[in-house]
Amino acid sequence: MPRAIYLHVPFCEQICHYCDFNKFFLKNQPIDEYIDDVLTEMARTVEAVPPEGPIESIYVGGGTPTSLSSAQLKRLLLGLRNYFPISPEAEWTVEVNPGSADQEKLQMMSAAGVNRLSIGAQTFDSQLLQTINRDHQPGDVLEQILLARQSGITNISVDMMYALPGQTMEHWDDSLNELLQLPVTHVSAYALKIEAKTVFYQMWRKGQLSLPEEEFEALMYERMRSVLSEAGLNQYEISNFAVPGYESSHNRVYWQNKEYYGLGAGAHGYTAGVRTVNHGPLPKYMRAIAEGEFPYLETHRVTKEEQMEEFMFMGLRMRSGVSRSEFFERYNIDVDDAFPEIVPGLFERGLLNEEEGRLFLTEDGLLLGNEVFEKFLLG
Amino acid sequence: MNPEQRIERRDRIRNFSIIAHIDHGKSTLADRILEKTKALTQREMKEQMLDAMDLERERGITIKLNAVQLEYKANDGEEYIFHLIDTPGHVDFSYEVSRSLAACEGALLIVDAAQGIEAQTLANVYLAIDNDLEIIPIINKIDLPSAEPERVKQEVEEVVGLPMDDCILASAKDGVGIDEILESVVKDIPAPAGDPEAPLRAMIFDSVYDPYRGVIVYFRIVEGTVKPGEKIRMMATEKEFEVQDIGVFTPKPESKKELSVGDVGYMIASIKNVSDSRVGDTVTHAKNPAPEMLPGYRKLNPMVFCGLYPVDANGYTALREALERLELNDASLQYEAETSQALGFGFRCGFLGLLHMEIIQERIEREYGIDLITTAPSVIYEVVTTDDEVLEIDNPSHMPDTQKIERVSEPFVKAEVMTPNEFVGPVMELCQKKRGQYIDMKYLDENRVNIVYNIPLSEIVYDFFDTLKSNTRGYASFDYEIIGYKESNLVKMDILLNGEKIDALSVIVHRDFAYERGKIIVDKLRDLIPRQQFEVPVQASIGQKIIARSTIKAMRKNVLAKCYGGDVSRKRKLLEKQKEGKRRMKNVGNVEVPQEAFMSVLSMDENK
Repeated sequence: MPRAIYLHVPFCEQICHYCDFNKFFLKNQPIDEYIDDVLTEMARTVEAVPPEGPIESIYVGGGTPTSLSSAQLKRLLLGLRNYFPISPEAEWTVEVNPGSADQEKLQMMSAAGVNRLSIGAQTFDSQLLQTINRDHQPGDVLEQILLARQSGITNISVDMMYALPGQTMEHWDDSLNELLQLPVTHVSAYALKIEAKTVFYQMWRKGQLSLPEEEFEALMYERMRSVLSEAGLNQYEISNFAVPGYESSHNRVYWQNKEYYGLGAGAHGYTAGVRTVNHGPLPKYMRAIAEGEFPYLETHRVTKEEQMEEFMFMGLRMRSGVSRSEFFERYNIDVDDAFPEIVPGLFERGLLNEEEGRLFLTEDGLLLGNEVFEKFLLG
Repeated sequence: MNPEQRIERRDRIRNFSIIAHIDHGKSTLADRILEKTKALTQREMKEQMLDAMDLERERGITIKLNAVQLEYKANDGEEYIFHLIDTPGHVDFSYEVSRSLAACEGALLIVDAAQGIEAQTLANVYLAIDNDLEIIPIINKIDLPSAEPERVKQEVEEVVGLPMDDCILASAKDGVGIDEILESVVKDIPAPAGDPEAPLRAMIFDSVYDPYRGVIVYFRIVEGTVKPGEKIRMMATEKEFEVQDIGVFTPKPESKKELSVGDVGYMIASIKNVSDSRVGDTVTHAKNPAPEMLPGYRKLNPMVFCGLYPVDANGYTALREALERLELNDASLQYEAETSQALGFGFRCGFLGLLHMEIIQERIEREYGIDLITTAPSVIYEVVTTDDEVLEIDNPSHMPDTQKIERVSEPFVKAEVMTPNEFVGPVMELCQKKRGQYIDMKYLDENRVNIVYNIPLSEIVYDFFDTLKSNTRGYASFDYEIIGYKESNLVKMDILLNGEKIDALSVIVHRDFAYERGKIIVDKLRDLIPRQQFEVPVQASIGQKIIARSTIKAMRKNVLAKCYGGDVSRKRKLLEKQKEGKRRMKNVGNVEVPQEAFMSVLSMDENK
């Protein structure tokens, strides 16, 4: 049973060129009605699948949650408090665009229980920020962090992007240096991936986007790993780094294949053995709520085989990897019996390693994770 | 019928065929003749009656021959019996053409009044002359604004050596000149000469498999008489059958009580396989056999080979059944099961030539609904080993090691290209590039040139025809005949992936072209094979020597970074897609190779 919540706020004041999450221009949207509906969804969800115990982690993502007014955001946050029992030690993160959360909003958030921000810095090069259509300036990140600290939120994660169009190694080095000047506890860094239904996709199709070669992307990744680890940010997952003790518990819910509630338009959940996908478009989401139903676009009961697969291909994303004994406890079968010949083959290819009963990716394996994960699909 | 009646009837028979280049109006003329002789009512007329198969009509060529019996009341008041024997117009079937010409005493030579004589026509006229046929020259399409009958007359006289003073000017389309042609058939083509009472000798010029009646033999009686119920023997294959039905086509089949000298018709005799009634074979009586066969029989050997594989591996059985069915009707089609490391299970097939190959491929795809992968066509190489053993190699992967080869020969053709003057340069350049040896060049008139080269057949099957057409903007016509084997500096070139030989991609090439071809192939593979965990060399080699090399760079980064807000199914789908993609690849030398990579190398087109 779930001990974690993902809540989706699908509104933005500006759409980034790379983003394919479920999001809409804020202007003229029925925000208040949407919040009403999310609160209704909370009530129905808790009734149908009560949590196993106090909630340990909450992640409010988007979109841009802070594009809501302080009062609107407050209704959502208090709604969570109202419907779910939340552990006092819970990690409670809200995604923030630099400059989008003012003093008032931050104090409200802090008072509601939010104790961690995930700030979308992406890059500290103003030209590149423009290229990817972010609406902030490099300096806004530090300001946002300082403002948060004044409100008592000191656990700060920053999102970074690399392999951007036209980005050089020098750009990347500069951005990493800027990043390390900031008082952050956690960094997530993603290589740009061109997704369908984005501005970048359209440009790429027309040949208007020059993207770095695979080799260069790999070099940027390696540069980041060494720079961050030298600065005391340990890599604990393929794309995630943290000061020891500040690893995100919410991310680990996904990677450890644990259950979580997914609330709001387009959110994904995993409750009572069923993976759920909510309707993305607001009218559909709101109609389902109005009709007294769950706003599901899809539900899928995860089979035992799929659970085993997901345990492996999600778990191996973490540097600590997966535990053989935990696998056996969960599924009552050894990894090597569930996936015959796979592990030795990956050892041989130098992509996988084992120590003290834990299987984990090698340094080479980090870069070629998909080659490893693919092997743990049974069908 | 008594002997006198048979002689009297024989003398009223005229057997002829029509020689023409594609599009010069053969089928239209045949239709006009059918109309004039009232063989068909208007209602029965279909455009181009003699071409039965859809494919024939679409391509405008005749694949299977047909023979029609017609009655014609001549100006002298007599009723004549005409047999019009249709011939295929393509070089691949030149043996069949020669046999159908051998069934005639005369031929109508049709030349387009605007285009003049073409390479194929020339080849067939020579065949007709070799068979001692009386030739009636006809200049057709005189209705065209661009018609130049005088120029064409002169050209035929010069090139073929036929006197053209009495040639007939016709327009089959408008029905002009048809009466003259029919009268000329009566006057100028001799009646058959054989003795109706002699031991039976009849020549098979075609056979067709019919699912209900077995093989239908098309034949011409040269001597003797045949009736239903008699036992006959095929002199070459020595198979014996009992005649069930004989008759003629009018063009509908019409049973007869007997067929005698000069008759051209069909015979049904419980023959199950067309290979038991081979074109050119002589039919005689089992009891009173003729002492000698008719001359000219030759077993046809395929000259061009390629592998046919079903795109969908499950299509193998269907493909085998399709080939079995086609073989019933086509004694010159050969096939045997073959396994390719790259393409799976399929067949290596032998064809008379490129057109024959294309027709078979198209029929399999169209009539049997099977999508095919076709490997590049090749020929039979003759290899003499150091042990003096002679090997016939139709598949490069069967080629022995270089050290064991004493010498290699390959089939050569005499290629005749007729082209407008302005393209002489490009044509000669192409022939040189294709390792051609210059033989002759003749001006047919101020503007048209006949160029003769000896060229290896392997170069012809590679892409000669397409290149010729594009280099001459479609104006050149081309014909070839096999002239035999000649020694060549040929080598087997292997393709190695990660150091391992891929047998399906081995090719036999001339040593001088090996580097160029090898470079094209390794570069193409480099572009089509996805990156692997390790750097993969792609090499072309002759024996132990690497002649071209390319490198597939190692995969450096393949890992999905993002979490997508807990969207696990998205990650799963991506991994499943990756896995499915690999499932469809073949593992060669520890390298995952997609099907397209093989196909692009195996297909002929270098530009793909």
